[in-house]
Amino acid sequence: MITSATGSASAPVTATIDRSQLRLFAKATGQTDPTWTDVTAAQAAGHTDLPVPPTFLFGIELQQEEPFGWLTQHGVDMSAVLHGTQSFDYVTPVFAGDTVTASSSITDVQVKKGGALTMVERRTDITRDAETVARLTSVIVVRSAA
Amino acid sequence: MTALLQQAWQVGDVIGPLTAGPVSRTTIALFAGGSGDHNEIHLDVEQARAAGMDDVFAQGMLSMAYLGRLLTDAFGPTALRSFTTRFTAITPVDARPVCTGEVTAVEDGIATLDLTVELSDGTPTLMGTARVSLEGSTL
Repeated sequence: MITSATGSASAPVTATIDRSQLRLFAKATGQTDPTWTDVTAAQAAGHTDLPVPPTFLFGIELQQEEPFGWLTQHGVDMSAVLHGTQSFDYVTPVFAGDTVTASSSITDVQVKKGGALTMVERRTDITRDAETVARLTSVIVVRSAA
Repeated sequence: MTALLQQAWQVGDVIGPLTAGPVSRTTIALFAGGSGDHNEIHLDVEQARAAGMDDVFAQGMLSMAYLGRLLTDAFGPTALRSFTTRFTAITPVDARPVCTGEVTAVEDGIATLDLTVELSDGTPTLMGTARVSLEGSTL
């Protein structure tokens, strides 16, 4: 049951951020400033490599076989899931070429509206060389079958 | 950009509007690949219908990425300190999300902004806040 999942941790996911992935992210989000896609332009702007856009780190932990396994293993039907809120706290900038690790755990579960909605809070620490570079918090809303 | 970064930001200053999209099915598919979120509810109409929707709809994180663009366009790629949004409505296919921000506080070199993404009919899809360093790229 998801309602008893507080404290449940997922296996950490480690990934190296590559330039081509950042270029696809830029294309998908309509970002045309070459700072985000052209290493020469990024370096001219004072960056060591292509900078990572503000919400890109959300995808690190999705780079695994069962990205939503942390919900489905607790019996959650993915068709009943909505993204409620998303937060990022940034500690230090991340660039293409960085290898980062996402470590996630469920930090709170609240049942609302007489059981119609369950709010699942999950935190993800992103580290690089064992130093935290960003902290993410998601609240996922699970709708109960009527 | 340098001039913008050195601008003296004040409470009430507005960034945007940034009008994104139109969010086509191709946009949604590209964002699935670019972001790593392959949730089928956004990609496969049968999966969307099984979840009670009429059609696929855009990832909430796509609109949050548009807001991210609004912020980095104004303050630079590495100025963000925190960024939070609440997803209040879905973004349908062909939407043109309009992103705006307003400075609500400036203190110790950090500006706080309220953020909104709306559909063209005024429906808010994301509401949020961000804190950005006004020192630009230095962290």
